[in-house]
Amino acid sequence: MQFAFTAEQEMIRDAAREFVAGHGTSARLRAVMETQAGYDTDAWHELGRELGWVGLMLPEEAGGSGSGMVELAILQEEMGRRLLATPFLATAGMTVPIILECAGAAQTSRLLTGLAAGEMIAAAALTGDSGLPGEAAIAVDFTPSGRGGGRLNGHASFVVHGHVADVLLVAANTVQPEGGISVLVVPRSASGVHVTRLTTMDLTRPYARVEFHDVELSAEALLGSMGKADAPLANGLRIAEIALAAEQLGGAAGVLEMTTEYVRQRVQFGRPIGSFQAVKHRLADMLVMVEAARSAVYYAACTVDEYRAGAADAKALAEAAALVKSYCSDAFFNCASNAIQLHGGIGFTWDHDAQLYFKRARASATLLGSSTYHRRRIAELIGLDAETIGGER
Amino acid sequence: MKLGFTPEQEAFRSECSAWLRDQMHGAFADIRGETSLTAQAERRMEWERALGAARWSVIGWPERYGGRDADLASQVIFAEEYARCGAPGRLGHLGTELAGPTILHFGTDAQRERFLPRIAAGEEFWCQGYSEPNAGSDLSNVRTKARLEHGPQGAQWVIEGQKIWTSLAQFAQWIFIVCRTEEGTRGPAGISYLLVPMHQPGVTVRPIRQITGESEFNEVFFEGARTPAEYCVGKPGEGWKVAMGTLAFERGVSTLAQQMTFRNEFDALVAAARDNGASRDPLIRQRLAEAWIGLRIMRYSALRMLSSGTEGALGPEALTYKIYWATWRRKLGELAMDIAGPAGELVQQAPYDLSPLPRLFLYSRADTIYAGTNQIQRNIIAERALGLPKEPRGDR
Repeated sequence: MQFAFTAEQEMIRDAAREFVAGHGTSARLRAVMETQAGYDTDAWHELGRELGWVGLMLPEEAGGSGSGMVELAILQEEMGRRLLATPFLATAGMTVPIILECAGAAQTSRLLTGLAAGEMIAAAALTGDSGLPGEAAIAVDFTPSGRGGGRLNGHASFVVHGHVADVLLVAANTVQPEGGISVLVVPRSASGVHVTRLTTMDLTRPYARVEFHDVELSAEALLGSMGKADAPLANGLRIAEIALAAEQLGGAAGVLEMTTEYVRQRVQFGRPIGSFQAVKHRLADMLVMVEAARSAVYYAACTVDEYRAGAADAKALAEAAALVKSYCSDAFFNCASNAIQLHGGIGFTWDHDAQLYFKRARASATLLGSSTYHRRRIAELIGLDAETIGGER
Repeated sequence: MKLGFTPEQEAFRSECSAWLRDQMHGAFADIRGETSLTAQAERRMEWERALGAARWSVIGWPERYGGRDADLASQVIFAEEYARCGAPGRLGHLGTELAGPTILHFGTDAQRERFLPRIAAGEEFWCQGYSEPNAGSDLSNVRTKARLEHGPQGAQWVIEGQKIWTSLAQFAQWIFIVCRTEEGTRGPAGISYLLVPMHQPGVTVRPIRQITGESEFNEVFFEGARTPAEYCVGKPGEGWKVAMGTLAFERGVSTLAQQMTFRNEFDALVAAARDNGASRDPLIRQRLAEAWIGLRIMRYSALRMLSSGTEGALGPEALTYKIYWATWRRKLGELAMDIAGPAGELVQQAPYDLSPLPRLFLYSRADTIYAGTNQIQRNIIAERALGLPKEPRGDR
């Protein structure tokens, strides 16, 4: 039991902080927001091809560096601090963990070589037009044909960075008597795949809607067993939720840092406004949330590593994910809303970055399930009886 | 960064858990699950002595003072097992968690030899003399005074003044106090940290009846009370540093034991909600889930504090810990009443015997006040962790 970073982890954090300080400027982010691609191609290529961070969590035989979730969480946190606009979350934080959970070792190695080298962007198509989490929202059907392949029909939406993805990881309902979920890897260029970029309130992270019209897939596209991906998909999603929570932690810490700096500089009534208790107490509350979020994120990341090593079960993973996604969603949103209030009028302007944190916080709170949704899951996991609405109480 | 324990540590867990279970189902079954800090005091003191005799009282201390030189992981394990078996709150905790560690870190060898083994053995109990009627949040405003007098018994401090909110003073043989030893000083300068015997003519204890109807706090009056000159921890006039060090120890391994108590309280809420159907109410479920999240986060934060290895210097995780748990528990008390419903409005038995949930509700109002109010905590966090400017004082 040692709940502190190792020297290697400190090095990764320092490297990430330095990288983000160079690429994560406000001017750069705003320029990227105007582009059709919607992500910082220079930063993406450097972190993927040169630094090898996309392959961080991948096994060495798949070209990765075999690191754990703590390392991934460190990167997500540091990138979140400056709202770095790259498909890192979509690829390394969401898609890779699901592939690792769903596919066998041989298949993983084959699929992930390009990913690990930073040559590909991957996006996860997990929900339909409702955008809600959970299997019920899946709106893609996989109709098996002979020899293990089949056809995809339907649509997926809220696909993070889907419009620039090289490959899509698709969760589909299996059209067979016993039903079940199948998870498939589909090249975006496949015939019958139509991708539309959506314009999001949070311009730092675009989504796409994807339609599938009789997309023919061979057996190789199927991750794991046909119609039996429910559990591995769920476990992969739990890891994705923790990756997003780590990024939310970074966002909360970043917006707190920005606001602290501002209240130290801004003078009213002859004093820096940061000397007034009405102001400093809000900042203190923000730090309380940030530190609680940090404890939760790194504990959850450790839980992922334990789970992957066989030392923790799927329930422990599910509890950690629901806890951390719920807490970090609220923490980041609260910190970002405090930031706007404490900046005053300037915080309401387009030109100030407070709005970018605020919108990212809102979008991240919804992505992969709201805090209410995750608390509902916790209520089930800790064994409260089923919910009834309008009881006698 | 990793979780989990080694096979040796798990073996240690079995060892301490077996001993604790034996006690709680044998000789000390009558105080199992006792949550009130003052109830069954005689038996609780016997329990402290039993812990000391078996060397389970202060396992992190050096062996020569009655400990086991236990490492951090073992202390974590012991704290968990202690609460898991329903062992009662430690009547000796002001000695084992505050006075002891302070003397260990800041005291002289002679002070260590004199005081530590008796704290470990459960022979001497302590209380904390910090707050005064005019020095609450503004602790450095203390007015209790001590002057050094050279008499037939050698040099002695002679103390005049008053302390208030002194927990468990009625059971203590010793009190550690901060008091002014240099005429004309103000604020943190000129304060000394003295160890004073309670059982002497110059010390009077008067209980304060609390919101719960019980008396755990007291007023302590010093009228010519005496203690030997050598029972000053740190140099005379430099006691403020020592006092702040003591506050840092409050965020040690004992936080894990405290959390297990919280866990038991949370479980009681869940059980009550299941019993009366509140657990099917979507909003109650959300609040229970939120409370559960907070409980887990406190555990992770405590593990972080303990792993950071910076005893004395508090990191941001430690500076934010007090307000986090205090606010959490106050909310838990409010949730307890919402779960209890109308039944929570009745006392168990006249004159004022509260059942556990209403008691938690009332008791938890103190959490956001003692050991630094939430407002003072926010000042400390903003100034020490975020580096924001201090509010100007009105009197200096």
